[in-house]
Amino acid sequence: MSLRSKIIVSMRQVAEEQKVTLPPLNDDVSLHETGFDSLAFAILVARLEDELGVDPFTLSEDATFPLTIGDFIKAYENVPA
Amino acid sequence: MSPRETALRDHLGPELKSRTLSDARQQVSLTDILERSCLGGRLGELSDRSVLLSTADQLTSGLVMIELDGMARRMLLCPPDLNPDHLQSLMQDAEIDAVVTDHPEQWSSADGRLIVPAQQLAKTAAQAKTKRATEWLMLTSGTSGVPKIVGHTLEGLTGAIVADVSAARSNAAVWATFYDIRRYGGLQIFLRAIIGGGSMVLSSGGEALADHVARLQFHGVTHISGTPSHWRKLLMSGSVAGFTPRYVRLSGEIADQAVLDGLRAAFPNASVGHAYASTEAGVGFAVNDGREGFPASLLGRRDGVEMKVEEGSLRIRSTRTAHAYIGRSVPALTDTEGFVDTGDMVELRGDRYYFVGRRGGIINIGGLKVHPEEIEAVINRQPEVRMSRAKSRRSPITGAVVVADVILADGQDAGRSDEIRSRILADCKASLAPHKVPAVIKFVSSLDITAAGKLARRDA
Repeated sequence: MSLRSKIIVSMRQVAEEQKVTLPPLNDDVSLHETGFDSLAFAILVARLEDELGVDPFTLSEDATFPLTIGDFIKAYENVPA
Repeated sequence: MSPRETALRDHLGPELKSRTLSDARQQVSLTDILERSCLGGRLGELSDRSVLLSTADQLTSGLVMIELDGMARRMLLCPPDLNPDHLQSLMQDAEIDAVVTDHPEQWSSADGRLIVPAQQLAKTAAQAKTKRATEWLMLTSGTSGVPKIVGHTLEGLTGAIVADVSAARSNAAVWATFYDIRRYGGLQIFLRAIIGGGSMVLSSGGEALADHVARLQFHGVTHISGTPSHWRKLLMSGSVAGFTPRYVRLSGEIADQAVLDGLRAAFPNASVGHAYASTEAGVGFAVNDGREGFPASLLGRRDGVEMKVEEGSLRIRSTRTAHAYIGRSVPALTDTEGFVDTGDMVELRGDRYYFVGRRGGIINIGGLKVHPEEIEAVINRQPEVRMSRAKSRRSPITGAVVVADVILADGQDAGRSDEIRSRILADCKASLAPHKVPAVIKFVSSLDITAAGKLARRDA
């Protein structure tokens, strides 16, 4: 599974648990529009850290939290191996 | 003799036959114990001294306690896991001027302390006579920093026992505990065995659980106690078959409904109950109705113990509490009215109080306070779960989230972990506020237990 699909699968999982109905997940969709609150994002980031072994938002000191789904996925893609 | 001047030796006599104290290596007869000594004729030198009792095994410590009580000014009991770095400061605080040890080569008398080796039991010339009340000093089991020294008297330590003893004295109980007898929970069982007329089977450091249980069975143990963590470990070990104690007790941690039900199923013919006790507050009460928590009607004064709930924590005043912390600059043990604040937080639901956690164990989730124990109790309700630990994990979004490590009761359930995980999450969601629901649930094969028998909570 690609990194992108792993992230999308986890998002859908968290959405289901949190009873959030996700809009179609395009790169341009803003994270605000996903309906996720901060707790849902915290859960998502914690799970992805376990699954992918990385948390890009804690790693870098100047990391700004992404605004769109595309930015969010890019944050994981851009972590140096 | 007033109770204040009664020492352990005064409860031991030849009239009760076939009593023994045993561990994995040896068995000692209690019937003629007063005619023997493990101090090589040097008990007299320890008279009126403040004695540190430091031995590798519990059996030797138990025998020395019997000899020193009523002779020494004080005895400080050292649990095996005591950090050696803390020893000097503890000895100063307790004004220790003598050491009884089974490894005398590690001690130097250069600082003026008397060093007395603990040896094999040998016949003694004259039986010792009780001459004073000895102060019993125990260490708190907190995991960080220097432990506090807590001062007790034998009278206070046995306050909950004496009442039970006349009934038990005739029926030859065989006692055991998963605790070390140099900790409060274990010492209670040791004292019950000595005063109540029974025998006792001690645990041995490093012994495999299956071997320990085999010894418990071999000696026909009837009464046994431990922490919920000890008991969960036993239930997971698959070693309980054939072990049939009559009396099973839990203390030292929150006994949730899951562990009580687990023990009831494993020991269908035993009385299963949980007791509230702590090194500082002494024995508070016992709950024998098979349910977690305790009836609100226990508050107030009962059987010489007075309890109240203030600012959410349980407070206890009784003659069984310790009388003070010992040392140079120590806090007061009780408030001005004599109540010990146990630091155990309780919540009233209906006509029952439930323990929700330790005041000092609160984790902070996005500014909200969470007791990990409350989450664990919900997780442990799933029939497939044997044990769990909730803790906080830093989060770049909310500061922290709750995560949980879970041990399944049966390894064969591992294939169903996704299904079990969803059920745990659903139950947590239904029962807990959103910030208390674990963000991540990880299945693990073991969780650390401290030397005091409690679930290790390093981050708490």
